[in-house]
Amino acid sequence: MQNQQEVNRLKDIVQNLLDEAKQQGATAAEAGLSQENGLSVSVRLGDVETIEHHCSQGLGITVYFGQRKGSASTTDLSVESIKETVSAACSIARYTSEDEYAGLPEKALLATSFPDLDVNHPWAITADEAIALAIECEDAARHYDAEITNSEGASVNTHQGIHVLGNSLGFLHGSLSTRHSLSCSVLAQRGESMQRDYWYTVARNANNLEAAVEVGQKAAQRTLRRLEGRSLSTRQCPVLYSAEIASGLLSSFIGAISGGNLYRKSSFLLDALDTQVFPGFVHIHEQPHLIGASGSSAYDSEGVATHTRDLVTDGILRSYVLGTYSARKLGLHSTGNAGGVRNLTIDPGVLDFDGLLKQMDTGLLVTELMGQGVNILTGDYSRGAAGFWVEKGQIQYPVEEITIAGNLKDMLRNIVAVGNDVDYRGNVRTGSILVERMSIAGQ
Amino acid sequence: MKILNLAKQAILVPAGIQDADIEKIMARLLTSSVDAADIYFQSSHSESWVMEGGIIKEGSHSIEQGAGVRAVSGEKTGFAYSDRIELPVLLEAANNVRAIGRQGQEAQIGLIHAANTVQYYPVANPLKSLGEQQKIDLLRQVDTQTRKLDHRIEEVIISLSGVHETILVANQDGSLAGDIRPLVRMNVSVIVVENGRREQGSMGGGGRSDYNYFVELNRGLEYGREAVRQALVNLEAQEAPAGNMTVVLGSGWPGILLHEAIGHGLEGDFNRKGTSAFSGRVGERVASDLCTVVDDGTIPGRRGSLSIDDEGTPTENTVLIENGILKGYMQDKLNARLMGVKSTGNGRRESYASLPMPRMTNTYMLAGKYNPEEIIKSVKKGLYAKNFAGGQVDITSGKFVFSASEAYLIEDGKITRPVKGATLIGNGPDVLTKVSMVGTDLELDSGVGSCGKEGQSVPVGVGQPTLKIDGITVGGTSV
Ligand SMILES: [Zn+2]
Repeated sequence: MQNQQEVNRLKDIVQNLLDEAKQQGATAAEAGLSQENGLSVSVRLGDVETIEHHCSQGLGITVYFGQRKGSASTTDLSVESIKETVSAACSIARYTSEDEYAGLPEKALLATSFPDLDVNHPWAITADEAIALAIECEDAARHYDAEITNSEGASVNTHQGIHVLGNSLGFLHGSLSTRHSLSCSVLAQRGESMQRDYWYTVARNANNLEAAVEVGQKAAQRTLRRLEGRSLSTRQCPVLYSAEIASGLLSSFIGAISGGNLYRKSSFLLDALDTQVFPGFVHIHEQPHLIGASGSSAYDSEGVATHTRDLVTDGILRSYVLGTYSARKLGLHSTGNAGGVRNLTIDPGVLDFDGLLKQMDTGLLVTELMGQGVNILTGDYSRGAAGFWVEKGQIQYPVEEITIAGNLKDMLRNIVAVGNDVDYRGNVRTGSILVERMSIAGQ
Repeated sequence: MKILNLAKQAILVPAGIQDADIEKIMARLLTSSVDAADIYFQSSHSESWVMEGGIIKEGSHSIEQGAGVRAVSGEKTGFAYSDRIELPVLLEAANNVRAIGRQGQEAQIGLIHAANTVQYYPVANPLKSLGEQQKIDLLRQVDTQTRKLDHRIEEVIISLSGVHETILVANQDGSLAGDIRPLVRMNVSVIVVENGRREQGSMGGGGRSDYNYFVELNRGLEYGREAVRQALVNLEAQEAPAGNMTVVLGSGWPGILLHEAIGHGLEGDFNRKGTSAFSGRVGERVASDLCTVVDDGTIPGRRGSLSIDDEGTPTENTVLIENGILKGYMQDKLNARLMGVKSTGNGRRESYASLPMPRMTNTYMLAGKYNPEEIIKSVKKGLYAKNFAGGQVDITSGKFVFSASEAYLIEDGKITRPVKGATLIGNGPDVLTKVSMVGTDLELDSGVGSCGKEGQSVPVGVGQPTLKIDGITVGGTSV
């Protein structure tokens, strides 16, 4: 297989890097290399807008001289460049400090088995076929309704990457993965009100993408329903995070239990291990070995084996999210989370989306969040929002130009329900999440 | 030596690429009937150092280089790039992208060196402006001095980074232009703790200069002092109010209001496509007559400045809004051609691996006539937002947000107590119509801005004098 030959060629380069590091006096080293190829096409108003051919590569190395560390990276994979990159890393290590926590992972934690997670499915699509698919998608959106008046276009992307990771403890592995997506964004106009929204589908295997027409229609529906949005008066009320943005809430939670923020004491969840962080019905786990999922991998970015595990059971925090360095700083062991969590899942509840609206009765459905107003140190949360006002379980009218605010600590504890309308597209899988009460600021 | 020759020496000579090779690649691109084509070469050396927990914890060095080849026909663009600057690879890339145009005549082009343009920054490599030991000493000095400022300081994290980037861009008319761009940045963030309450503060700066910038005027130490001051203010801060109120924005970095609320909406691509809330509004009033806003890539040494943009066009001082009237958009070549205007030198790209588009440089509002104290004094009840974290905008609906990192209540014309966690949300096309006072104290930010658009990040600058806005929604928790 040609791909496997290429993986082997890149593994040889990584091994050369590691050997070169040893040659130059490093006591330990870790190196990574990635190569990506892809095609992106975008169409707008029924015609081609861009055709982009992607082809990139890069390698990086971290060397250790005892407890001192230095890193370097380059996009040039030539033999001379490898030598220079290693010596750049080594020369940096002469100036960094001794850090007793620095170093490679414990050898016993490194991955030794590499199950096929079914994440590599190249898509044999030509530029012309991709254009046709994108046009089909955009057409479905543009012709959905007369109020769809303009378009930002539709695009088809396909990428294949080879990632090789090695270290001087003998770990050396290469993996192939693919990622394909189709997205569409259109504008709608009614009187003075102009709105834009989008929809996308993404998968490891192109067969699992939503149909082009479906993506286009969803983009159109999502855009149309925002027309003539208004602000709300300032108030407190329940807030329902729709599934596609609820993942952001969980990502903030993950940020707060991540090693880097914990050892720096910049988290609102310091010393929260084994305490109640969510209500008792909440269970959150990580499933890095899910077949064909977006976050699936047998090892983390340091080569440490990943494991299926619980982070939260019965609302109680059971584990932090740690890489090697932060684990050592905290006197713990890596949880295989260098580079983040993989396929994080919150157990869905029994209610579907309509059921959640009914349970909320009167409140705000949020479908879009804007800005960076999340402070992981204090938990203070204040973000721009758009969505819909809901009364008696029924959507009344679109809402925009408001903010929603609270403190994450309270918000997580005051989750009332998690829906079964799970959005499986991303690395964080959740249904819609209903929070009991937040502050809304508006007109 | 001319910049162009230095740039050729840095990129083409090591790769063994001659002028004749560029002519060959261009000729290949032009075998299709295209309206425009360019070849963009880039070589970038960067480094960063991090001090944390009182030790030099991390250092890294990075080399990135490659070339991107583009052909444009009407509104269609073909694009390919490679990390390998080699003739056969680039000819292959040209083959791939020329398919965007109709089959046409074989073209001949002769490379002409672009005329010298004004340089707004030095060409010397900032990475070499201090020895390694001097960089370490600078970090240690800032760390030690900062830690001494207050007993409530628990942690100090300092980062220092530098980039030395060289670009060359060849256009279909045969012109070849080059630029050498230094960029340095330093940041100090601190965590303070008092009675179990923990808060942070952060301050940084930089520009198209070298590391001596942080030594001069003790700027590094000043960042530390300012980070500590902000963190201590946050220790006192209480819940922010929620609702619509009068807001006074401080000078300098709060200029991200302009960047988010109107800047993005005035980029040429959105306006050509009619997707911006500002589309088709040139000549109309979009701000109170106190407001004049420009995008100026020509300010020496600023983070957002460029001598030429990434399409080889010299940057300008472009008037966007004059006395409240919308004057024009920011353009790259493609959108300028399609809209029948000329490029304003705003064609920028993150790297050779991405397509250029209209982007801001340094966007700011000119000074007005009021004393900043007078402005505060005129507010009965409101918010004084002195500093901000980031922001975001939806250019179609015009809604934008930005988050205050330091804010105070104004009560009876006086700044009273600090509040935390306030996000401001407004509507781009009307927020500036509510500007009722503009201060004399125009200030540009300290050189920390990065702007993201369609996944591409570029360094930018912002600025403004103290401003009063009559009515904007403040999203606190205190209802
Ligand atoms: Zn921006």
